[in-house]
Amino acid sequence: MDLNILWFILLGVLLAGYAILDGFDLGVGMLQPVAKNEEERRLVLNSIGPIWDGNEVWLVTFGGAMFAAFPETYATVFSGFYIAFMLVLFALILRAVSIEFRSKLESRAWRRFWDTGFFFSSLLASLLFGVAVGAAMNGVPLNERGVFVGRFIDEITVYSLLVGLMTVAMFVMHGAIFLYLKTEGELQQRVHAWMWRGFGFFLIMYLLVTIVTLAQIPRATRNFEHYPWAWIVVVLNVLAIANIPRAIAQHRPAYAFISSSATIAALVCLFGVALFPNLVTSKPTIENSLTIYNAASSHKTLVIMTIIACIGMPFVVGYTAVVYWSFRGKVELQEHSY
Amino acid sequence: MDVVTLSRVQFALTIMFHYIFPPLTIGLGVVLVYLEGMFLRTGDPLYESAAKFWTRIFGLNFAMGVVTGIVMEFEFGTNWAVYSRYVGDVFGSALAAEGIFAFFLESGFLALLLFGWGVVGPKMHFFATVMVAIGGIFSSIWITVANSWQQTPAGHIIREHVINGRVFRRAEIVDFWALVFNPSSIQRLIHVWLGAFILGAFFVMSISAWYILKNRHLEFAQRSFTGGLILATICSLAQLGSGHFQAVGVAENQPAKLAAMEGLFATESHAPMHLFGWPDEESKTVRYSVAIPGLLSWLVHFDAAKPVAGLNDLESQWGRPPVWLTFQSYHLMIAIGMLFIVTTLLASFLRWRGTLFTKRWLLWYFVFAVILAIVGNETGWAAAEVGRQPWIVYPTIANGAAEGGLRTSDAISEAIGPAHVLGSIIMFSIVYVLLFILWVFLLNNKIQHGPEPVTGREGTSTSGVPNDTARRVSRRRSLTETDS
Repeated sequence: MDLNILWFILLGVLLAGYAILDGFDLGVGMLQPVAKNEEERRLVLNSIGPIWDGNEVWLVTFGGAMFAAFPETYATVFSGFYIAFMLVLFALILRAVSIEFRSKLESRAWRRFWDTGFFFSSLLASLLFGVAVGAAMNGVPLNERGVFVGRFIDEITVYSLLVGLMTVAMFVMHGAIFLYLKTEGELQQRVHAWMWRGFGFFLIMYLLVTIVTLAQIPRATRNFEHYPWAWIVVVLNVLAIANIPRAIAQHRPAYAFISSSATIAALVCLFGVALFPNLVTSKPTIENSLTIYNAASSHKTLVIMTIIACIGMPFVVGYTAVVYWSFRGKVELQEHSY
Repeated sequence: MDVVTLSRVQFALTIMFHYIFPPLTIGLGVVLVYLEGMFLRTGDPLYESAAKFWTRIFGLNFAMGVVTGIVMEFEFGTNWAVYSRYVGDVFGSALAAEGIFAFFLESGFLALLLFGWGVVGPKMHFFATVMVAIGGIFSSIWITVANSWQQTPAGHIIREHVINGRVFRRAEIVDFWALVFNPSSIQRLIHVWLGAFILGAFFVMSISAWYILKNRHLEFAQRSFTGGLILATICSLAQLGSGHFQAVGVAENQPAKLAAMEGLFATESHAPMHLFGWPDEESKTVRYSVAIPGLLSWLVHFDAAKPVAGLNDLESQWGRPPVWLTFQSYHLMIAIGMLFIVTTLLASFLRWRGTLFTKRWLLWYFVFAVILAIVGNETGWAAAEVGRQPWIVYPTIANGAAEGGLRTSDAISEAIGPAHVLGSIIMFSIVYVLLFILWVFLLNNKIQHGPEPVTGREGTSTSGVPNDTARRVSRRRSLTETDS
């Protein structure tokens, strides 16, 4: 396997890691209105309190890795989707500030304001990430130099909006399962209902997106002819989705959480299969696409990055595990909570 | 305005706002490690209370650093796509290392640092604190290395890269260690670290001085102030040496930048050093200047008679940086550095004599000097970055001639227009102004709240519901305690 493929896979791993980890805390943000009183609102917020920051680092690292391994892609995507990225930045700043500052004052209006900010920014970020994936599936106009030549409005199609909504639904479901694991009592009962609602919403959107993808984007399934193993991912994806309601009904939330994580991972994998070997697919002129070969850094850089990743990744996995282990169990409010 | 100018304005705005926080975090990280280490060693609850207080402040600053930092990572791609294509291969390794070694380390252990009291044992908590501090220092290494490569590129080759049949040039790595240890990276890194330690120390001194002036948390404040003062004095003195050697490096590798910093238009022997002045780019002179003749020549060559190249001769080869801004930023930084050396030495002397905490005027100076420390850090970077113009990646010197490099005006994204950038500048301006107000407001809140009273010493622990009366009483008691 050459290093270009390895880094394509690693980018996928980082994206999947981000979607699974920040996915549930974005979902928790969107479920914020489920909380009915001050204590519940703080419980919801603090369920992700110590970990949301670390989860967001996966996005930062994803961006960094893309810059490093495939600078052409990074340059084209970030400059081409300028307005979208500025909105993402706005959402991420608002979200961080809402989490960080909300509980610093006793005032009701103050807290209400930041609660709304937390909800809205989580929703906006989830939607934008989904729309970006949808636009990438769809393809965007590039010139022969691989530079984006369309307008922002071209990136927003019915299809990309559908993928955006599916992402929102998926994160709500994922976040609800996480929150169910982290809460107790009456709040947990209300969250329970939202696990079902989230799942129902996700299922509908998933079916819709699948149908539209099959009908409108023939390229998405072309790779299945070259790589029959990809069908395994499809089967796993379907099994994982089917397992979510089963696990919820059996009162095994941890199992449901693993299933929804697997669902996200499988979807990211299918996204990768659909794109490969392109990173940015050009439409209508497909020859202008940026691929993992023409957009990549030199072999030497990829070698050095691989060495760095091999040394660093065990540490990352190690201390992520330590942090999650330290904050395992039900969320409790204490002196240092948000 | 054109898209290049607007993008430069946006970058300056976002980076200058961002750069308030990283040096604060790095500096405070060192303070936290010291306080928690002392607590583990001595078991003195005052250290614990102090560590917890500064941790809360640290958390606030860290959050600001993270949210404004993501903007920076995105901006390379959104506004400077051509630059990203040109440097991506070279920066790749440094950025990968930063993500893996620094960001994950910081944010992972930050959770334990902020929320881990009582969740993990004190030794594990101390370990987390050390890891967060190291993470901060790590990230400063990689980002400074990357920036230094832009100033003095090394370890790379300019190669042609083909995309869909079209050829373009980009920098590709040939020697990773030559890139990391490029001619300016070590000196600049030391300079950045010292700047961060100075800012961290002045930040601690500012809040402590205010407590002393207001007669609150006296023991805590005096101890914190003394610790900060020691760090600030040592680093301010060291910064003088670091700055000097860095300027010599700039003279060698980026002569046009040095000439702009010093306002040197004509090449001359016995080149003077201006203490202050007003460079006039049209008449090519420095007005209202007070200068020491020969000092610049002496500082650069250790020989006052040797010539230093001026902008008039350098311009054809190196281009001409904006002189006024480079000159003033650089001189403001030096002025602040000198002031810090004098005042920290004076304060150290008074502290040794035991009369420092009765000198109210000096304490008031230290309350506000933290602003100067921020300005010093910012203007230092402004001189470095504006002085690098018109290049975004500096050319290298090969056989006496400049070679390669990328002009700032050529580095902009092709896909964006002025309206895009103007829109985002407006967004960032509004968001950042609000953020800044919020930050100051919450900082003030935490300072007013102060460290938790030490249990046992003061009899009462008033954690939980704020109870002003109880706190006021315990404050008085701690006052009498320190007096007795």
